Amino acid sequence: METYLYIALFAPLVGSLFAGLFGARPKTIIAGLVPTGLLFASLVSSTILLTHVLAGNTVHVELMTWMETGDLYIPFGFVVDQVSVTMMMVVTIVSTVVHVYSIGYMDHDKGFNRFFSYLSAFVFSMMVLVMSDNFAGLFIGWEGVGLCSWLLIGFWYHKESATWAANEAFIMNRIADLGMLIGIFLIYWNTGSLQYDQVFAAVAGLEISTVVWIGIFLFIGAMGKSAQFPLHTWLADAMEGPTPVSALIHAATMVTAGVYLVVRANPIYDIIPEVGTVIASLGAFVAMFAASMALVNRDMKRIIAYSTLSQLGYMFVAAGLGAYWVALFHLMAHAFFKALLFLGAGNVMHAMSDELDPFKMGGLSKKMKGTFIMMTVASVALAGIYPLAGFFSKDMILEVAFVEHHYILYTVLLLTAGLTAFYSFRLIALIFHGEERYKLFGFDPHEAYKYMLWFMAPLAVLAVIAGMMFKGTYYDMVTQLLPAGEYHVHSAFTYWVMTIGTQIFVGLAIVYAYRKYENAKIDKKVESGFFYQLLFNQYYIPQFYEEFFVKPYRDLSMIFWKHIDLKVVDATVDMIGNTFYKTGKETHVMQNGNLSTMLRWMVAGLVFLLVSAIVFAKANDIFAYMVTIVPGLGA
Amino acid sequence: MEIGLSHYLVLSTILFAIGLIGVMRRKNLLLLFFATEILLNSVNVAFAAISHYHGDLTGQMFAFFVIAIAASEVAVGLGLLIVWYKRTGKIDLDMMTTMRG
Repeated sequence: METYLYIALFAPLVGSLFAGLFGARPKTIIAGLVPTGLLFASLVSSTILLTHVLAGNTVHVELMTWMETGDLYIPFGFVVDQVSVTMMMVVTIVSTVVHVYSIGYMDHDKGFNRFFSYLSAFVFSMMVLVMSDNFAGLFIGWEGVGLCSWLLIGFWYHKESATWAANEAFIMNRIADLGMLIGIFLIYWNTGSLQYDQVFAAVAGLEISTVVWIGIFLFIGAMGKSAQFPLHTWLADAMEGPTPVSALIHAATMVTAGVYLVVRANPIYDIIPEVGTVIASLGAFVAMFAASMALVNRDMKRIIAYSTLSQLGYMFVAAGLGAYWVALFHLMAHAFFKALLFLGAGNVMHAMSDELDPFKMGGLSKKMKGTFIMMTVASVALAGIYPLAGFFSKDMILEVAFVEHHYILYTVLLLTAGLTAFYSFRLIALIFHGEERYKLFGFDPHEAYKYMLWFMAPLAVLAVIAGMMFKGTYYDMVTQLLPAGEYHVHSAFTYWVMTIGTQIFVGLAIVYAYRKYENAKIDKKVESGFFYQLLFNQYYIPQFYEEFFVKPYRDLSMIFWKHIDLKVVDATVDMIGNTFYKTGKETHVMQNGNLSTMLRWMVAGLVFLLVSAIVFAKANDIFAYMVTIVPGLGA
Repeated sequence: MEIGLSHYLVLSTILFAIGLIGVMRRKNLLLLFFATEILLNSVNVAFAAISHYHGDLTGQMFAFFVIAIAASEVAVGLGLLIVWYKRTGKIDLDMMTTMRG
């Protein structure tokens, strides 16, 4: 089984290095095919490991020692247990699909080879993140995915906006990573280990306040990666990257790393339910907050990005309330349908020559039947209609909130479910139904390559059946490691009222979205309204950050540059250089080649040395005398 | 008045000062050698005197070394001086400025 583990882990790395060999060359199809093939090998190995884990075993290997100094011992250890195998399956399935899709999507791009190198490197980092058996390894993966995310958001680096977005994402994550690092230090400081099993065994014996701090700092790390408020602005801007990247990194895998961290660290969060409640409340807030911004946005990819943000909020609600397996389940289901949605959006973008405004589309269902069907399936799953995946995972979270008596969270989430359905189908209606407005703008849409659609199909199938087919098996498997908890509403009547009520509510939201946006009528009165403007401008938060963080920071940097760097640091360095230069210039007259002058200087030097010898000897005597009369001066 | 160590040291110091002034002032290469000899021999006087005073022969041995080295130095120096004189016809120090920095 170890062999399969190593194949699953290192195949993407090999693929990345292979594609990297062709990095500077023009498009070489093999640079795309080999990483894809290796990733498929990784997928197969992960599946074999999954069957192994389903049989009730786990695999734990230690590749080699990384650090060993004193009490500190950190190995490169990897573990395949019920939680990590779930993540491995999600990562490998989605990334295999995305790799194949990218061969078609990046067909005409100059950076074809480079793209596959980055993409496979990302998958490798993600695998390290989820498979590591200690916090240090997790942190390596964590930084690795951050780096690859930066590379891929800024993939089209000649675009000013892309590099800006890449830097924004990187810097925001850096702020959060500091929190995470402090959390890891606290763990090591208090438990003396970073291995998951040892830490979780030791954490129960710690003081509650320490555990609270650990929980908070780890969650700050999770907030950055999973783009939770107030570090959320980077995710929408990250849509500057190529669409397959958005599907893989900014919807299915990397952004869920925060949820994975909380799920993985469940023994820590179990001790501190208060922090869990805070996490859940923040999650619910973000769910609503992001969904509201998605309502009015006019950028197709940003709408989906806000939707991702909102669904991450759902996951944190479940994780915060202690329903870790529900969070992980929603993570899995969400990865499938959200990646599908993004890939569909990629097809639409290609068809419309990179146009993103859905108000300029309309009626595309005739031209792009395959994409239309798949995006609709994904949206239905996202909205949580029975019997698609979203129904099982998202309704479960609602039930968790209800059963745990957090009725406010429940209400917020229920409303958000309505909003989710509304904005998803607003998008579908605008893109695929109604008049063919694109003709006015002179677009000539065409469907994507056949094989791209064929490889999206597995995701569509999973989006349909993942909830129905896997829930039981998944529950049995994952609760061997995570706290089990059946969240059932006790009275059958309440359960049916809730479920059917939610379904009807969501259904009405969908119908309303269709009615309102089928003809893409723009209501000027609403658009000039306060709320519309507030939502359209993302609650003015980016402007707020610009005004209150970026600008003061820039001003401060200018001050430091002009007054400290130039006048102190540079001046000091220059002074040292100038001193030597000037003394050299002044004293070179000594070397006039005249032996007589040189001899005089020699005598002067001799006299100087003699005098200083006498002076120092005298000074030493005086000091020795002082020591005798002033005790405590030290000698 | 008995002649003691301090007299020898004073003599040595005076000789050393004369030699030093000679080294600084002389412009004639030959006289510069004389001045150097005075310097070395002033030190030899001090060595011998202190050696005698302490009853330790090391100082006198050192003086012999100095004499031997001074002799060889003068031999080489005078050889060079003669070559220089044959080339330029002058042994004035102010003329020897080819090593200007």
